[in-house]
Order: sequence, then structure tokens, then C-alpha cells
Amino acid sequence: MATKSLKAQGDELAVSNKQLEILNGGIFADGELPYFKDKIHQIDQFPLRPRKLEILQINVGYMCNQVCEHCHVDAGPDRKEIMTRETMQLCLEVIRNTGAHTLDLTGGAPEMNPDFRWFVEEAAKAGIQDFIVRSNLTIIRANKKYHDLPDFFKKHNVHVVSSMPHWTRGKTDKQRGDGVFDKSIKALQELNERGYGMPGSDLRLDLVYNPSGAYLPGDQGAMEKDFKKALKEDFGIEFHNLFAITNLPIARFLDYLIASENYEDYMYALVEAYNPAAVANVMCRNTISVSWDGWLYDCDFNQMLDLKVASKIKHIKDYNEDILNDRNIIISQHCYGCTAGAGSSCQGTVA
Amino acid sequence: MADSYYDPKDLRKFGKITEWSEELGTKFFDYYGKVFEAGALTAREKSLIALAVSHVVKCPYCIDAYTKDGLQKGITKEEMMEAVHVGAAIESGATLVHGVQMMNKYNKLSM
Ligand code: SF4
Ligand code: SF4
Repeated sequence: MATKSLKAQGDELAVSNKQLEILNGGIFADGELPYFKDKIHQIDQFPLRPRKLEILQINVGYMCNQVCEHCHVDAGPDRKEIMTRETMQLCLEVIRNTGAHTLDLTGGAPEMNPDFRWFVEEAAKAGIQDFIVRSNLTIIRANKKYHDLPDFFKKHNVHVVSSMPHWTRGKTDKQRGDGVFDKSIKALQELNERGYGMPGSDLRLDLVYNPSGAYLPGDQGAMEKDFKKALKEDFGIEFHNLFAITNLPIARFLDYLIASENYEDYMYALVEAYNPAAVANVMCRNTISVSWDGWLYDCDFNQMLDLKVASKIKHIKDYNEDILNDRNIIISQHCYGCTAGAGSSCQGTVA
Repeated sequence: MADSYYDPKDLRKFGKITEWSEELGTKFFDYYGKVFEAGALTAREKSLIALAVSHVVKCPYCIDAYTKDGLQKGITKEEMMEAVHVGAAIESGATLVHGVQMMNKYNKLSM
């Protein structure tokens, strides 16, 4: 289990160019495997174009109390990139003026941003329909100052989306670190106590499952059933939906794939599972991702690869939805991860 | 040519068996696909049976495929190993039960 980000380790994969080089060259260079670009050409979807903006995803910083092995953000306690209140002000302005109905706060652990609560309070006033905070759960138990987060979330009717790799301790701790399972269970129980995740409750609690290894997620519906049964029977925990997400071959997951000699097989698996029907709903088509320093990206993955939007509007300070929506989405080989099987987005399967 | 009998990469080419006999290959894959759909047994239970059988028939391709399938279905390593033991128990039981035939034959031939 790593305790530092790739960046802090000085790993060459911490540099996005190096990752892109591997993705664009690597096993695809021999022509044996097709380019994603060509695949979507065949179904007349190239260049990939955005639809109406629905989701504004804001990454408020890469700092995290965990160092999960598969993290596509390469987040960790050593990452210092953090959104300032000034940039948050710019985001708030956009939130007020945009047609987006969903606000999706992510990180790192978004709660570790010192202005997190202020931002949630201000953003909650803006009349967004679905206000998501992506919480890793353990942060709620990490330190006394976070213990009241469930109450805070409830007060602002925040939709909590939490990662949970498995319903067993062993698999969860292996992917996310020792003790993560017990803390996550405790956090889920606390959320349940506030009414989160209970049948019929408006306080939404969804879980995110992504495979802890070099394989694709199974059927989302079947996994949800298994998760619900096990968490209920073993710990009395309830939640609403499970989103099954495919790990994209970038950052620490890419590092793991290469180190474990699974990279080639994994890429084959993604390409073999390519589902043209999933292309229509990949999340970059209705989402804009904002980084901690205010740059705009087609999605959180492109953010980590430092592929800024192909538009003359590149920063939140110049935000203009019409100009921004008239752009081509930047794609590369990692996009196969979004179109494998039933497809994958932050909201789970797409096809 | 690979210099060993089994090459993990060959598993990816399984679908190609259809090329040399379209009709039979297609019929096989239709049947295969249907067998593994959830029915009276769940897809999870079927995956564990397949894993146990893979060991009994000692097929390295199937072992790889159903270990991966198990992971995709959230099956734990403890469950997988138990399934392998079920296969092993039946396999060794099947060997041992023939000991009765040996005993019968022995007794018949002995004074
Ligand atoms: S996956 Fe989430 S919880 Fe884990 S290190 Fe990355 S941001 Fe933190
Ligand atoms: S990785 Fe990003 S750009 Fe590529 S398909 Fe997925 S959401 Fe779209």
C-alpha cells in the first residue's frame, strides 16, 4: 500500500505527458488495437460534441486523507493543490448563471478544503437541484473536526456519494488502506442515523464501486443487490443506489497496471468491451469539470491528464456557456474506459 | 509460434473457433451464453460452479477466465477457494469410489 502520491514520490507517471505517451503509444502503436478516435468515427460521433450542460463538476483540491491504490487523481495527504475562496467565488457566479441542474463537488477529499463548508453553504443557496458531495466516508471519522459532517450534509440537503470498494473488510482495506473498512462502516451508520440512504428518504446516499484490480466491473444491478444484502445483514446499513465505475488507465491505476504487468491485458479488455451504444452518454457530453485553480476540462480524467478544453474559454473567470459548448471534446485512448460494457460515468453505467 | 502448449493470449482468440466452422461455433457460443444467464441459479452461483469445473477439467484458460469473472462479480477469494475444494473433493471422491471396484475385483479373484 502506497503512502505517498506519485507526485511526492517523483514518479515519472506523475507527469501527464508521460501518461499520454503511454496511452497513445504503447500497445496501440503496433496497429493491432484500434484508436478510440477511429471507433467513434465509425458511428459518426467524431468529433465528439457536447450536449446541453447539465453537470458542473468542481474539484476543490487534490488533498486527501487516503492514498488509494487506484486513485486517478493521484490524491493524498501530501498534495497541496487546493481551491481558494477567490476561485470559489468565480464558481459561485457560474453556478448562479448556468443552466446546470447538478453540482458535483469532488477532490481529493473535498471536505479537507478549509473553505469547503463556506462554499457548500453559498452554493446551496443557488437553487441547484442535485447537490453532490463525493465523500470518501473515512474523512467523517478521521478527525474530530469532521465528526459533525453528517449533520452539516443534512442541513444543506447534500447528496452524498461515497466510495466503497467491497462489502468485505479484506478487499476494502487492500485497495484503500488499513482500517478504511471499519471507518467507512461507522460513517455509513452515522449517515443512516441522520436519515441518509433510508428507503423513501430524500437524503440521498449512493455508493460508488470500482474494481480493486485489473478487471472491469460486473453488472451494476447484480452488484447493487449483493452490496445491499451484505451491508444490511452484517451492519444494518441502508443506501440508495450503487454506481459501478470502470477504472480508467491513468495516474495511480496506470502505474499499478504497468507495475503488475496487467496494462496490455487491461487495455485489450477495455477495447473488447467497447460498446458503441455507450458513446452517446459519456459524461463529458453534459459536464464541465473545473480544477482547483479554475481551469476547465471536459471531464475529471482529462483534468488529470491536463487536457484543457479545446475552446477559447479555458478558465472559469472567462466562463461563457455558449462559446464553451461549441467545442470538440478531447479524447484519447483512456476514453475506452467510459465506453466499456454498459459504459461508465460518475453516475454509474450509461448504456 | 509459442514454445509452450498454453499461451494466455490465446484465450482472447477463443471466439475465432467459429471461423473454421461457423455453424457449430455459433451454436456453441449461443448455448454457452444462454447457460451463463441468471436463471434458477444466479450468475454468481454459475460462475463459482464454472470455476470449480475449470479446476477439475484442468483448463488454464477457464481458470483465468472464471477467476476474473468472479472478481467482476464481487466474489471473494474465500468463496473461490471453497468452490475449488468442492471440485477437488468430488474429483478425489470419484477416484476413491472406484476403490470399491478394485476391492470387488480383488475379492472376486482371491481365494
Ligand atoms: S480515490 Fe478518493 S479517497 Fe482514494 S485517494 Fe483518491 S481521492 Fe482520496
Ligand atoms: S475520459 Fe473524459 S473525455 Fe474521454 S469519454 Fe470519458 S468523459 Fe469523455
